[in-house]
Amino acid sequence: MLKIKNLHASVEDKSILKGINLEIKPGEVHAIMGPNGSGKSTLASVIAGKEDYEVTDGDIFFEGQDINELAAEERAHKGIFLSFQYPVEIPGVSVTNFMKTAINETRKAKGLEDMPAKDMLKLIREKAELLEIDRKFLSRSLNEGFSGGEKKRNEIFQMAMLEPKLAILDETDSGLDIDALRIVANGVNKLKSKDNAVLVITHYQRLLDYIVPDFVHVLYKGRIVKSGTKELAHELEEKGYDWIKEEVNA
Amino acid sequence: MNKYTEDDLREELKTKEYEYGFYTDIKSDTFPIGLNEDIVKAISLKKEEPQWMTDWRLEAFKAWKEMTEPEWANVHYAKPDFQAISYYSAPNSKPKYNSLDEVDPELLATFAKLGISLDEQKKLSNVAMDVVVDSVSVATTFKKTLGEKGIIFMSISEAIKEHPELVKKYIGTVVPQKDNFYAALNSAVFSDGSFCYIPKGVHCPMELSTYFRINQAGTGQFERTLVIADEGSYVSYLEGCTAPSRDENQLHAAVVELIALDNAEIKYSTVQNWYPGNAEGKGGVYNFVTKRGLCETNAKISWTQVETGSAVTWKYPSCVLKGDNSVGEFYSIAVTNNYQQADTGTKMIHLGKNTKSTIISKGISAGKSQNSYRGLVKISPNADNARNFSQCDSLLMGNDCGAHTFPYIEAKNKSARIEHEATTSKIGEDQIFYCNQRGISTEKAIALIVNGFSKDVLNKLPMEFAVEAQKLLEISLEGSVG
Repeated sequence: MLKIKNLHASVEDKSILKGINLEIKPGEVHAIMGPNGSGKSTLASVIAGKEDYEVTDGDIFFEGQDINELAAEERAHKGIFLSFQYPVEIPGVSVTNFMKTAINETRKAKGLEDMPAKDMLKLIREKAELLEIDRKFLSRSLNEGFSGGEKKRNEIFQMAMLEPKLAILDETDSGLDIDALRIVANGVNKLKSKDNAVLVITHYQRLLDYIVPDFVHVLYKGRIVKSGTKELAHELEEKGYDWIKEEVNA
Repeated sequence: MNKYTEDDLREELKTKEYEYGFYTDIKSDTFPIGLNEDIVKAISLKKEEPQWMTDWRLEAFKAWKEMTEPEWANVHYAKPDFQAISYYSAPNSKPKYNSLDEVDPELLATFAKLGISLDEQKKLSNVAMDVVVDSVSVATTFKKTLGEKGIIFMSISEAIKEHPELVKKYIGTVVPQKDNFYAALNSAVFSDGSFCYIPKGVHCPMELSTYFRINQAGTGQFERTLVIADEGSYVSYLEGCTAPSRDENQLHAAVVELIALDNAEIKYSTVQNWYPGNAEGKGGVYNFVTKRGLCETNAKISWTQVETGSAVTWKYPSCVLKGDNSVGEFYSIAVTNNYQQADTGTKMIHLGKNTKSTIISKGISAGKSQNSYRGLVKISPNADNARNFSQCDSLLMGNDCGAHTFPYIEAKNKSARIEHEATTSKIGEDQIFYCNQRGISTEKAIALIVNGFSKDVLNKLPMEFAVEAQKLLEISLEGSVG
């Protein structure tokens, strides 16, 4: 589904990713861990197509197509979803209106008509129920005045609505208490299928207790320096990142 | 990759050409340029006005000659040469029509381009239209239905002839001839406009609508509107306009007077889309308008405006809350792009007891434009328990534009309660990227954010107008992407 080859990326001429190789197949859950500043969020942004980042070398293939030249919205239309670490506020635009726009824009890109209001309502109802979201929440301005937990839950709600092929969860656990974490993780698990894939980006292991990865990669200084199974995450939790750093620097 | 930066945004905003920039070739009857007493008399004569109207105009002209153009607004422009303007221009086709079939096909084509086909309006929207093209009303619909309720809705020229007692009684009572430079000029030379009278206790069954349009090169447009809601009546009045592209500056100095008698309510909504000039700031309409309403006891006046056009806008729809318990409201969205300048706001003059006013102003600035809110809340000594709430929000796009807020408060009664809130925000690249990531293009994202920002005001517009207003916001702000 996603194939990243020798990816180099920089922001404002500062090189951040220095040769990433990663392959994600349908049905898989991958986790990327790493100390602060290792390039985790940059990787997420580069896959999603954020314009501040310049790809200086390497390729990103999504379902066999080189997506490096595609705009962020075109990548979204193809089924790439990014759950933001810091979701932005858009005052005066309700969650419902935002989702309606997003879904219809995606349909338009595929040459489809707008989704009939009836179907939209049904979809919203269904997904809100799945994620235990209060309907009142949907009429509020997007992320405005939302608590940390509400923002993250809203991200997962959007993911449920858009049904992406690849969902990238960027530090979804940050700022969440254990209950909120459980709700968000349950949501992600409910949406998982053999046809889609999840890339979890996290600093801590705790989210991985709930969203169990098939593969864990450690990112350090812009490279994946170690890959393994979920056991690797436990090891990191126990020993911290220092031993990785030592290994790399040795 | 379609990178989106502040620079790109600015570039996009610059390049959106004026969508309604076209010129209709309708034969016109145009006066020679210049202004003097003879021209004023000639206008009055041309319109077959009674002597009292001619005298009234001349009185205004005398006052105007002694006045100087105001300079206190936060706008900069080349002063119009008032002697280089033609003060009268009328389409030279048949003056009145019973049906649309009789209307000049060119004119109908113009309406089609504007998306305001009268036919459609008649059939679908239940909106009576009094269309003003270059100063003279050429089509009036729904007159009959309104007539059955005793509602008078016609051009002011007709009203001067058919209902002189009403016009004479009310014209100039809210905006006197000498009120200000532009109001005086308008009083002297106004070409046409609309007149509306709602009888006692009548709830006007439909939105009354007027589309203004400047069409003749070098013609100033001086509209005069007078709306009278008699005791216990209600009317919702819509005013909208677009103008064709033009290189020289065009002057527009309208006067609108609203009179809401005891227990009456007037809702006055405007969508203003005069030609704003090109991306270099060349051309565009000067819009110097005086709009004011008078509220008697328990009366209410709401001004709602969406201002997207004009090179220079100078406009302060105001309410004089004369009667006890009267209510004044002002809801405004002002969009400026490229080199546009807007100095707009309201005046709420509290004279009566328990009077209440609400001001919600949303300013959106892009390009190199300057957008100012200027508002006065005045509480007179007798206005016990007067209350005002003002909220002024500004949204900036890019780094070269400006947003300014000038709130003036004069409270001369200790029981007054006045609240003022103001915010300034900027459309962020993060917001755009967030939308992009959800599959929403940059163009659509800007529209979404702007509409969200303007929601409080858009909600105040009648449904069909709100849709048009949203469209205008998008046209005014989006790039020519896609």
